[in-house]
Amino acid sequence: MTGVPVPYRVTRVREETADTVSLTLAPAGPAGLARFWPGQFAMVYAFGVGEIPVSVSRIHRHQLVHTVRSVGAVSAALCALRPGDRVGLRGPFGTGWELVRAAGQGLAAGQDLLVVAGGIGLAPLRPVVLAALAEPRRYGRLNLLVGARTADDLVYADQIRAWSTVHGPLHCAVTVDRPTPAWRGHVGVVTTLLNSAAFDPRHTTACVCGPEVMIRATARDLLHRGLPAHRIRVSLERNVRCATGHCGHCQLGGVLLCRDGPVVGWDRACSLTSVREL
Amino acid sequence: MSSSPATAVLDRNGLDALVEALRAEGRTVVGPTVRDGAVVLDELTAAGQLPFGWGSEVEAGRYRLVPRADGAAFAHTAGPQSWKAFLHPQREKLWSADRAADGRVSFAAERPVRPSYAFLGVRPCDLRAIAVQDNVLTGGYYRDDGYRRRREGAFLIAAECTEPGATCFCVSMGSGPAAEAGFDLALTEIVDDAGHRFLVRVGSAAGEAVLSRVPRRVADEETASTARNAVDAARERMGRSMPPVDLRTLLGGTLEADRWDDVAARCLTCGNCTMVCPTCFCTTTEDVSDLTGDHAERWQRWDSCFDLDFSYLHGGPVRASARSRYRQWLTHKLSTWYDQFGSSGCVGCGRCITWCPVGIDITEEAAALHDELADRLRRQDAEETQR
Repeated sequence: MTGVPVPYRVTRVREETADTVSLTLAPAGPAGLARFWPGQFAMVYAFGVGEIPVSVSRIHRHQLVHTVRSVGAVSAALCALRPGDRVGLRGPFGTGWELVRAAGQGLAAGQDLLVVAGGIGLAPLRPVVLAALAEPRRYGRLNLLVGARTADDLVYADQIRAWSTVHGPLHCAVTVDRPTPAWRGHVGVVTTLLNSAAFDPRHTTACVCGPEVMIRATARDLLHRGLPAHRIRVSLERNVRCATGHCGHCQLGGVLLCRDGPVVGWDRACSLTSVREL
Repeated sequence: MSSSPATAVLDRNGLDALVEALRAEGRTVVGPTVRDGAVVLDELTAAGQLPFGWGSEVEAGRYRLVPRADGAAFAHTAGPQSWKAFLHPQREKLWSADRAADGRVSFAAERPVRPSYAFLGVRPCDLRAIAVQDNVLTGGYYRDDGYRRRREGAFLIAAECTEPGATCFCVSMGSGPAAEAGFDLALTEIVDDAGHRFLVRVGSAAGEAVLSRVPRRVADEETASTARNAVDAARERMGRSMPPVDLRTLLGGTLEADRWDDVAARCLTCGNCTMVCPTCFCTTTEDVSDLTGDHAERWQRWDSCFDLDFSYLHGGPVRASARSRYRQWLTHKLSTWYDQFGSSGCVGCGRCITWCPVGIDITEEAAALHDELADRLRRQDAEETQR
């Protein structure tokens, strides 16, 4: 039954930024939801307030992490939760990122992986980074490029720091739009980091998530560098109510984003995101 | 079901007996009846409640009942409601949740109701609309269980169309005026010198079983051909038509047309077209709680793509302008519906034209978009020839 939420217990609350928290959720009863794939989302219900779609930001056995930014009534209620509180979850819904499920199989097999995130767009991409780092031999070179408004708006800052400093298979770079006096890193939009990444455009799969304007700019740049449109995977956002393809809210042209997305290829998303107010 | 489609003829008494037979089976019979100056759909306890002697006069933004001397029951055009009011109701409780003193939360699905409807007098356009909603709500990976239960229990009696209205264009959409499939029984009403009678065709085993309990006579060739001629004549009397082009391609290629500004200047974004449309399925959810705060419920209700909240994301609606909302409705109906569900979302019933308070006409808008596109292509051709 996908229509009725399953109770989950908040086991951990981590403040990521001033307005963003990560909730670790475990099934409150004997049965949880089916296994999530990176890029998929759950409908997260705050008791008596409402329900919003949130991509998984970490999948750890039966536990899920959702990173939520407080921007409305439901997300504010979720951000106010404390360990022990209950939520309702429905899912998993939607398409996932094109990760290599088994050695040598899938769109991204043996390819350089380019993960580009804007703001909280890093949340649905973190499972991609973690999956690639767990099995780096399935991919070529691994790149993570992150843009944030300011250093204070950077989610998973500790984790990014660890990825940036440890000499490992992952090239990680961060940029901010507006530097604070303490900021010593890169300044500018996230596409300015593309030159620092090591990837062969003819053999790269890109995973992109962030504000739509950032997705468009990144995809345009990557196309220009020679990435085929279908290898640029983007995660889009629309209003979602039912998540089962029946309520009509998440339409983006011919795409029902809860069913055909949220992850779609740029070959499909390009025209859909270039018409105003579609 | 027998190998050849059985046909029979009912008279007025036969129609009475049909309603009685369906009610005797425990079915809730729903059909057209006159109320508040319109033909509405409501529960019928007897065939006498059908709109005998009433027709309707429709135009863009106009609907009036008119008395008919012939006493026909199914000579009216589509009223303000459609069968979705019963199969896909305006409000439906989905589940409730309770929070115990220790903070534990439990969810309970709404107990399934299995109504047993018999719809009497379903127009072919509406028959198609039901098939379209079947596909949207139960044809995909996830199924709407509430809809499925109501639909599975529904017995459909079509009434073929012999009196199309001025806003009808089912012929353009290939959905009428004849009923071809998807019914248990199909009626064609005839009123002439030989009397007031109904040709009945059987469409299912359930239909055959019901018909066997109703006084009837074997269909004579004259009644059958009169019925066929009446439906054929209706085909030629459609009040409106769509431009004879591939509407899916047309709407896909005119997203930036100037015509959207023109229609947006007239559209009130009231959403009437979406409420009366027999295929519009969009819903939203409402989460409510009681005064203790420990009992909560989720309700589903009809929503409209004309509502600003429909496309709301944090920061504001994706579709803020009237232009973008009307465009969403029309392109979805005629074009992107194919991408999503493999068919058109329009059945040509004309309700959106009739019940638009400012008389916006979907066929006129499609024609204007076609003209604008043709004009643009002609100019491009001319420019290329000059070069």
